[in-house]
Amino acid sequence: MTEQVDPLTPVLTKRWLSPKSWRIGVYEQLEGYTALRKALAGTPEQLVTLVKDSGLRGRGGAGFPAGVKWSFMPQNEDRPHYLVINADEGEPGTCKDIPLMMADPHSLIEGSIIASYAMRSHSCYIYVRGEALHCLRRLHSAVREAYQAGYLGKNILGSGFDLDITVHAGAGAYICGEETALLNSLEGLRGEPRLKPPFPAASGLYAAPTTVNNVETIASVPYIVNGGSAWFRAMGREKSPGPKIFSLSGHVEKPGQYEAPMGSTLRELLPLAGGMKDGVPLKFWTPGGSSTPLFTADHMDVPLDFEGAVEAGSLLGTTALQLFNETVSVPWAVMKWTQFYEHESCGKCTPCREGTYWLAKILERMVAGHGTPEDIDTMLDICDNIFGRSFCALGDGAVSPIQSGIQYFRDEFLALCQQNKSNAERRELAGAH
Amino acid sequence: MTETFGPDVAAEAQEIVARYPRSRSALLPMLHLVQSKEGHVSRAGIAFCAHQLGLTTAEVDAVVTFYTMYKRNPCGEHLVSVCTNTLCAVLGGDTIYARLREFLGEDHAPNGHEETFGAPGTTGSITLEHVECLAACDLAPVIQVNYEYFDNQTVDGAVHLVDSLRRGEKPDPDRGAPLTDFRDVSRQLAGFFDRLDSDVDGPSAATETVRGAALAAERGWTAPAMPEDAPLPAVPDRK
Repeated sequence: MTEQVDPLTPVLTKRWLSPKSWRIGVYEQLEGYTALRKALAGTPEQLVTLVKDSGLRGRGGAGFPAGVKWSFMPQNEDRPHYLVINADEGEPGTCKDIPLMMADPHSLIEGSIIASYAMRSHSCYIYVRGEALHCLRRLHSAVREAYQAGYLGKNILGSGFDLDITVHAGAGAYICGEETALLNSLEGLRGEPRLKPPFPAASGLYAAPTTVNNVETIASVPYIVNGGSAWFRAMGREKSPGPKIFSLSGHVEKPGQYEAPMGSTLRELLPLAGGMKDGVPLKFWTPGGSSTPLFTADHMDVPLDFEGAVEAGSLLGTTALQLFNETVSVPWAVMKWTQFYEHESCGKCTPCREGTYWLAKILERMVAGHGTPEDIDTMLDICDNIFGRSFCALGDGAVSPIQSGIQYFRDEFLALCQQNKSNAERRELAGAH
Repeated sequence: MTETFGPDVAAEAQEIVARYPRSRSALLPMLHLVQSKEGHVSRAGIAFCAHQLGLTTAEVDAVVTFYTMYKRNPCGEHLVSVCTNTLCAVLGGDTIYARLREFLGEDHAPNGHEETFGAPGTTGSITLEHVECLAACDLAPVIQVNYEYFDNQTVDGAVHLVDSLRRGEKPDPDRGAPLTDFRDVSRQLAGFFDRLDSDVDGPSAATETVRGAALAAERGWTAPAMPEDAPLPAVPDRK
């Protein structure tokens, strides 16, 4: 456990290098479906305990311990149980699940079968973002192959366990990445979040016990089954173990997917991606998508795991590292993100619906050069009235770039307003003639 | 009157219904199916879904208006979606979108969001839209044509791409299957893959996608070796 771990630890991304890695034959040659055999020889309780012991935390952004989530599912089978895979990747900056589903769909299928067995579910739905058409193809094909090979359907590998997987396409709505909105959408409704409690484990899809897990989380499960919890914990940190796909994008020389131990820092990751593009210095970055408060060049040594990011005032989110250099205006970037949240707010909760609308309007005015210093206070006040006051985390996410942008770059917002003031004075003088 | 939504479409709609324990779950895929017939979701399409699922047209309409992929007006042969979220925008997405609006617009009236160049459905007709993050930020700026990825775009490259489409050509995407048209992909979104065996092998492994894995292989970096045998944990019998 004290052994030195390499800077990159490809586990989930390793198979991506193999030609036609999405075909079942290639997958089976590369240890595919061996974990399933091992899992089916054990009991559901053993698998839940294993995943708990491994410390695997949800890779969709919230970081809830996966094994604990699984243990909330009832032990009896009075009602059908459902496993739903959240493959609605859309958080700005996040681009890990889509390449995973394209390159290695069978790892998601195998993980889904093991997780379904552990939670006594006989129906699994993979809810894929509609725009991810090529992922849908790869998954449909993989599911078809898995049925033909006897990994899906009745009496899987002679175990007596039955499972059906249905691949379902969304239709364009960021909010459906929120688990209860996703369930509504899967039921054929508008994708509006539900009030929690009841949590999905008590009342989820069709009001039956349901677990919703992210793609990367479930794709990690076969490796944990094969390697064991101690192997998984040899990477990463105590409370956030395992490997993690870090997606580096923006002003870097070599943007891409880099799978490294949890807790890696930007200072460690950036050289792997060739450093900042053309050597222009870093100004600000997101540790895990636009819903996680911004970091600056002062945060390069923050350990990127769930605890480290929080201690430094942000969130780990989806480890989507979007890097922006000194040429980028913070108020402009914040305006663009706010327009996104305004567009994607589902409209159910008033603070989020109205708040994002007015925040976007203020920022647009400010960036156009017509802001006032009071606008900054107004925005912070609106943020206070959104955060924690809506059903789901979209509203909380929407205020992240604004609050953190003002926290670290207030002068830049003020400078825009000063410029406006001097323009106005000049106009008044001109009028005096 | 020709029947757009005749017995064959109804049979496919019921195939979708059969995938789910409750019929209403079929609504989203069924709307994709409807869109594949008309190139948008029309009043007739809404009525068809309502009839198939025993819902009111108002219930279906409420769903249609919620999701951006359902188009209320007839679309072109191709749907061109330009990401203008922050990261793509800063790397050129905003400029690309502005240039394509001009390119497809007429005489000082740039094409607007979800407006169509040419007569909808005819060869070379194009519906242009700006969209939110397409989850390909390492390949920014990105464009999708009928939801197939065209990565690392430039203004000139994007104009060239759209011009080819306008001439009736179908350039290969960087990631995805060979281009068909908006109606055909809508059918795939409904879960009907007529050419799955060949389409599935369309390219996906962009340089960026496999960069980390390739670098690790080059430098000999690996995850710690798995133990020979890692037994599942013992669980005490529960009373």
